[in-house]
Amino acid sequence: MDLFIESLREAVRLLLRGDRYVLEVVLLSLRVSGTAVLLGVALGLPVGIAVGLRQFRGRGLVIALIHTGFALPPVVVGLFVYMMLSRAGPAGQLEMLFTPAAMVVAQAVLAAPYVAGISLAAVQAVPGDIRLQASALGASPLLALWMHLREARLGIGAAVVAGFGAVISEVGAVMMVGGNIAGETRVMTTAIVLETRRGNFATAFAMGLILLALAFAVNAALTRAQQGRTLAAERRTW
Amino acid sequence: MVTSPAPLLEAEGIVRRYGERTVLDVDHLVVERGEVLAIVGPNGAGKSTVFRILLLLERPDAGEIRLDGRVVRPGDARARGRLAGVFQRPALFTGTVRDNVAFGLRATGVGGAARTERVDAALDWLDLSALAGRPVHTLSGGEAQRVALARALVIEPQILLLDEPTSSLDVSVRRRFRQDLERVARQRAGSVVLVTHDALEAFGLADRIVVMDEGRIAQVATPDEIMLRPGTPFVAELTGAELLLQGTIEALDDGLAAVRISPDVVLWAAVRDARALTAGAAAVAAYRPEDIVLAAAAGAAATSAINRLAARVEAIVPVGALTRVRIRTADGIVLTALLTRRSVDALSISAGSAVTAHMKATALHAWARETHRL
Repeated sequence: MDLFIESLREAVRLLLRGDRYVLEVVLLSLRVSGTAVLLGVALGLPVGIAVGLRQFRGRGLVIALIHTGFALPPVVVGLFVYMMLSRAGPAGQLEMLFTPAAMVVAQAVLAAPYVAGISLAAVQAVPGDIRLQASALGASPLLALWMHLREARLGIGAAVVAGFGAVISEVGAVMMVGGNIAGETRVMTTAIVLETRRGNFATAFAMGLILLALAFAVNAALTRAQQGRTLAAERRTW
Repeated sequence: MVTSPAPLLEAEGIVRRYGERTVLDVDHLVVERGEVLAIVGPNGAGKSTVFRILLLLERPDAGEIRLDGRVVRPGDARARGRLAGVFQRPALFTGTVRDNVAFGLRATGVGGAARTERVDAALDWLDLSALAGRPVHTLSGGEAQRVALARALVIEPQILLLDEPTSSLDVSVRRRFRQDLERVARQRAGSVVLVTHDALEAFGLADRIVVMDEGRIAQVATPDEIMLRPGTPFVAELTGAELLLQGTIEALDDGLAAVRISPDVVLWAAVRDARALTAGAAAVAAYRPEDIVLAAAAGAAATSAINRLAARVEAIVPVGALTRVRIRTADGIVLTALLTRRSVDALSISAGSAVTAHMKATALHAWARETHRL
């Protein structure tokens, strides 16, 4: 038990002191995962909106595929991106392997299904007459679409947060395509693995605490969005 | 040559199919300037489809819509802001009452002081000024629907279209909404198209009524015309008439037909189109329960009614301020009369009493049987 208490105390000390190594790793994690989520939004949001709004043949299959993406094993995504970016791979000449860019690509692939799936549900939950009503008041098709998306904004926000939550805590993909190089591609999850192996529990603990805090923030935001949506649904009962 | 101006809105040859099923087949429908036109029919008559097509929200499979004589289609920028719709559900946008009322003006590019002024005026028309800053999710159903009406009227559309705007409201709120609609809509919108399943609502508000049945127009006429000369048995029934289905034409005479409805009973009825009927043809007759005058069997009613039937009272059922009296003739014909409670008391009748029912020929209508879906 002493090991836990001592490590926790040291971890807090590292955080309060603003330890350079810890700070560097945290900032790189946020940068990589943040950029990956932006890319995931660019890929996933249009898909979520399109599938959420339209009825077409095979829609059920597309939704099932998107939902399967929620369970994509990060190591499989890591393997796939590794092969794409390796020297012999189709994108080998980009020389991206073992750079933060490669990590961004792998995490974007992981984030996109979350963004698409959750925004799809949010867009679909908005009654269709919002868009018709906007058109019936003189709105252009684009403005009418915007009014529909505006009603889904809490859910779309939740989709982005869930995508971030999924990638900030994954270790398999970034380890494989980033290589966990100190000062270059080391992020919180890979650092925790390494520092634990080295016996530097306090450093690992410090990053673990930050990850836990982020996980808490993500879940709080999701819960808030969910509650908001419930309230909105209640409002629509009249 | 002087040509009359084109109608404000005209629908020509509109057909809408969902899969194999034709849900709408309207040859010609016109909305004139300044009129309130009601489109009435039961569920599934195609009312909401015609509403969406007239509002340019849905493309028909055939036919065209003309606004001021020019063909317009969904998404047509020329029509934008000239039509406005109010739906059954208010479909308010998240935000305040003021945000919602301002929407149509924002959408059509009206900004600045002009927008503020017009929004203030629209809020005032519908007594919503005090609610301007309220988030819409805090409104009651009636308030929300008034906001939806203000939001449509603020753009002062050439045509305001409403789809069952009162059906989600409770009775007292419904009355208030109808009053608001009557008071404001005629002043602020060029013409009004009201889609409703409630014939009484249509009769109270409309200048002309379009009755729809299974996707087709059954009759277009003024409320009086529809009530006094229903075009088909369906129209008569929709407006509260009772049908007598098993009739045979005995004779035709000057716009009247003698219809045998049982071996012992022949009733004289008005016919709309005598050419469509021949002696011996199967017929359907309709009467309005309030047009039956009952007299105690021995007494004579103060009426010149040509039709007279001896019957017995089968049941007396109070319905609000009125009473439905069901009577049965000796050979089993059942009719329903609608009387005031005072009349029932004056007659001192009860179940089993012998009565005579009187009906004017003009209060009865007859059609060839094939005009009615059995």
